[in-house]
Amino acid sequence: MVAFVAFPMAGSLYLSFTNYNLLQAPKWVGVANYVRLFQDPRYLKALGVTVTYVGVSVPLQLAFALLLAMALNRGLRGLVFYRGAFYLPSLIGASVAIAVLWRNIFGSGGIVNAALGFFGLETKSWVSDPSTALGTLILLNVWTFGAPMIIFLAGLRQIAPAYYEAASVDGAGPLRRFLHITFPLLTPIIFFNLSLQVITSFKAFTQAFVISGGSGGPVDSTLIYSVYLYSEGFVHFRMGYASAMAWVLIAIIGTLTAVNFLLSKYWVHYEE
Amino acid sequence: MKSRTAGRSRGLATARGLAAHSGLLLFGLIMLYPVLWMISSSFKPAADIFSNLGLWPTNFTLDNYIQGWDAFAPGFGTFFVNSFVITALSIVGNLVSCSFAAYAFARLEFPIKRVLFALMLLTIMVPAHAIAVPQYILFTQLGWVNTILPLVVPKFLATDAFFIFLMTQFMRNLPRELDDAAKIDGCGFYSIFGRIILPLLLPAIATTAIFTFIWTWNDFFSPLLYLNDPSTYTVPLGLRAFQDSSGDTSWGPLFAMSTLAIGPVLGFFILSQRFLINGIATTGLKA
Repeated sequence: MVAFVAFPMAGSLYLSFTNYNLLQAPKWVGVANYVRLFQDPRYLKALGVTVTYVGVSVPLQLAFALLLAMALNRGLRGLVFYRGAFYLPSLIGASVAIAVLWRNIFGSGGIVNAALGFFGLETKSWVSDPSTALGTLILLNVWTFGAPMIIFLAGLRQIAPAYYEAASVDGAGPLRRFLHITFPLLTPIIFFNLSLQVITSFKAFTQAFVISGGSGGPVDSTLIYSVYLYSEGFVHFRMGYASAMAWVLIAIIGTLTAVNFLLSKYWVHYEE
Repeated sequence: MKSRTAGRSRGLATARGLAAHSGLLLFGLIMLYPVLWMISSSFKPAADIFSNLGLWPTNFTLDNYIQGWDAFAPGFGTFFVNSFVITALSIVGNLVSCSFAAYAFARLEFPIKRVLFALMLLTIMVPAHAIAVPQYILFTQLGWVNTILPLVVPKFLATDAFFIFLMTQFMRNLPRELDDAAKIDGCGFYSIFGRIILPLLLPAIATTAIFTFIWTWNDFFSPLLYLNDPSTYTVPLGLRAFQDSSGDTSWGPLFAMSTLAIGPVLGFFILSQRFLINGIATTGLKA
């Protein structure tokens, strides 16, 4: 493990201070790669696209997950069936097969347009319009809300029914019960899901790559971080530059996770 | 909830139950519609795919499967064999290496154990891209490009920290008295592992195997880096190459191959649903 994880990480840090194209020996260039990153308009664009992608899809995904978990946690029959149906997209959502499907249903002849056309609404190719292409990717990420939903569901089970009974006796309605019992007691799990989804969404690759045909297009509108990293490192063989990108990504994820931990003191409630 | 509604009129409770069920069913149907439509379209002739949005193929045909199977040389037969070999070896690799590493963390005392454990946990957070570049350079220099070695060998060296963590936590909950009893009966270090720990570790082993299967089967990034020759392609690579070469025209065969590609995961899921979901709920696994 040390050989395949820790050692490459050290190697990657070293490479990020060099120019290296696999053919000639790495050439030390100091922090030039990092300076260049922040002057590279495509990099800045990729950063913006990624922040939008994570910032929009993660809250929506968690909201759906929580809502459905609460709907399922009412002793309904067929729980196993519903749970399985809602979880299924999480298992296959990251596969190429689903990306192929997505490209079709949001393409010009896809079923989304067929449905919109039926109602007489505007039709277009959603994946090749720069203003909507990223939206289809966000939707795909939201679609995989099943994994956090399962974790929420397990958390909801831990809340003692006595709390709700006491609140009902005191005359609390559904909204108050949610705000004063469910939400506070669930905050450790919300925190866990939030951290996990932010990390995984920052690392997203396959869907943007396949749906855009490897380019991050149209007009770089779906150029998420890892797609640009792949293109710099493994298409153009700018290994040093790609390593610098990787380290900025580690720094971003690390900072966000640390901030999340620090802020958690103020909103996450742990039972004694 | 149940005890409170019991007092009220039965009709109201039934009506609310029905409303909840139809809401959930409708939502589930909307969610799964694209996948169901894809599966059904794979059995429809080309002319029907976009004119018939229903889920039941009226003119049932297997042509899409026949056409798609060999649409991209050397064909999906090869891609499936490649995928199965890589997935099977990855599962074996992860099970052997992660259970040994976990045994060391859970039962052995050695210097800097805590430091190593913390380091291992940190690597869970590190994105694969961060180590992709140096790994790529290493494997290129070893001449491993276009072989399955870069995809499989790391699994035998316990690089999936998440599974080590899972197994370590599981082993820590196994009573040490069992080890001691076995020792008195003359068991050595390895036979304690083989006869006592492994059988009790079965749930963690199953979780590791299932998720290694799903992740490896769906994996796209690593095969994309290391497998450039179509004869070494895995199913996801083949599917993507097929889509790029057909240029959004032959959707029928594409859907047929996509259906086959998610088939093993779907099958696995249906067989092990209950177990799988309990595994996620208790370990927080992200699929």
